[in-house]
Amino acid sequence: MAKDMMPAFELYQPDSLDNALELLSRFGDRSWIVAGGHDSFDWFKDRTKYAQYVIDLNNVNELKGINETSEGIEIGAMTSLTEIELNDVIRQRYSLLSDAVSRVASPQIRHIGTIGGNLNQDARCWYYRYGVDCYRAGGNSCYADTPEGQNREHCLWGASRCVAVSPSDVAPAMVVLEATMVIASANGLREVPAEDYFIGPNIDIERMTVIEPGEVLVSIKIPNTWANAMFYFEKVADRNTWDFPLVNISRAMFIENGVVSRIRMAAGAVECIPRRLSVVEQVVAGSELNEETAELASQAAIRGATPLNFNHFKIPLLQNLVKRALRA
Amino acid sequence: MITQSKTSRRNFIKGVIASGAAASSSAYMFGVSGCSNQQVSTGGVERLISLNVNGMTRNVDVLPNETLAMTLRYKLGLTGTKLGCDRGECGACTVLVDGVNLYACSLLTHTARNKQITTIEGLESSDGILHPVQQAMIDELGPQCGFCTPGQIMSAVALLSNNPNPTRDEVRRALSGNLCRCGAYDHYINAVMLAAERGI
Repeated sequence: MAKDMMPAFELYQPDSLDNALELLSRFGDRSWIVAGGHDSFDWFKDRTKYAQYVIDLNNVNELKGINETSEGIEIGAMTSLTEIELNDVIRQRYSLLSDAVSRVASPQIRHIGTIGGNLNQDARCWYYRYGVDCYRAGGNSCYADTPEGQNREHCLWGASRCVAVSPSDVAPAMVVLEATMVIASANGLREVPAEDYFIGPNIDIERMTVIEPGEVLVSIKIPNTWANAMFYFEKVADRNTWDFPLVNISRAMFIENGVVSRIRMAAGAVECIPRRLSVVEQVVAGSELNEETAELASQAAIRGATPLNFNHFKIPLLQNLVKRALRA
Repeated sequence: MITQSKTSRRNFIKGVIASGAAASSSAYMFGVSGCSNQQVSTGGVERLISLNVNGMTRNVDVLPNETLAMTLRYKLGLTGTKLGCDRGECGACTVLVDGVNLYACSLLTHTARNKQITTIEGLESSDGILHPVQQAMIDELGPQCGFCTPGQIMSAVALLSNNPNPTRDEVRRALSGNLCRCGAYDHYINAVMLAAERGI
């Protein structure tokens, strides 16, 4: 890795969303949106991806901040992960989210890394990052799913030519909290539920979200639905700092009269999208939380898992995380 | 007889960088695209900007694709900020921007406009007295090789300004974004605890 300049680009620093959208429609597919920049600049430095026009959203103050609304809270897409981690309302009512963001990357990255950037980050398959002509990069092969391919970080479900996973710690928490993504374009706003926001390679292999060219994620709405629920977040990674998850798990739950009245769970880094553990929810809902429930749920969680050569360990790992989430 | 040269190696290198005399070596550093004036920008940001670095206003010609680490080291001669990985994975380039510790290698200089930038050179007071964290690093023999030390110190300063009496675990967490290949982590934590004890 050379320590040199990124290839030259033209930099625009709009101070309003309208200006940003105007630039985006003017430059089209030659433009690139930068939020915190930690994902973007790696691509540029490695010469793997290039954009002629870079649109830096750091001056767009209307995209920053956390607001309480009657329906819940709304988080601007350019809000830093640290701000979310330290926000009192989120810590009190949605501690799943503050726990999840606190485990992202490193302190310095969380200080400038944004929630929008985290949710829109690209796949972390190292073959793809290295710049090979894999399916995701528009080529016609996969280097990870081969007899020698190093794929211990890759998927258990949803392989479709590409076997990369959703690398975000925050995305599964958003699915659990039933968040809504607000997307802006020159044509106005549209809203997409978090569960539909992330897409797998079977839908589009070259992107990981429903964001179309010319669109920007502007905010995330989190409804009151799961406010003050019993939350559980756990991330397992090779290293405590910087590292992406091998598997992470998010859970929200309400218990009434000794049984689980409502529960929602999702796991990250096992599929190209955050994996909603619907089967686990069905097993657990209406039951008492005990070892038997946990065992049944952990069996249900791995149904249909198809490991690659080097990621069999993710199956017991996911099972154990499900059990731990139901014991806590 | 050994005569001490008036020009230290460090100052000589800084002078060379600032004057641009070492043309061949800077071409190596900056690669083919070059941190040169040949790149033409037809739109977007102005290149001649003012930065507030260590309490001083510095006027500098900054390319659109230039990171803060590049500007600090190769335009302003502030080589205390180190470049380790240049990918936001090691922490050697950590500086403070408006009091917050960030990786200077992964921040466009243009994004740091109108903000207060503090580097390791800006920590000591004007009469040359070291910052308490710097002094504690010396007293506790914190660093081993020292390459990651400026970054470690910047993270520690950011921590202590928010939390003057951290626990050991809080220090560990605050410095977790700074790698040390010598493995002197415990010594760094000792030093930060000492600095906190003495008060800033």
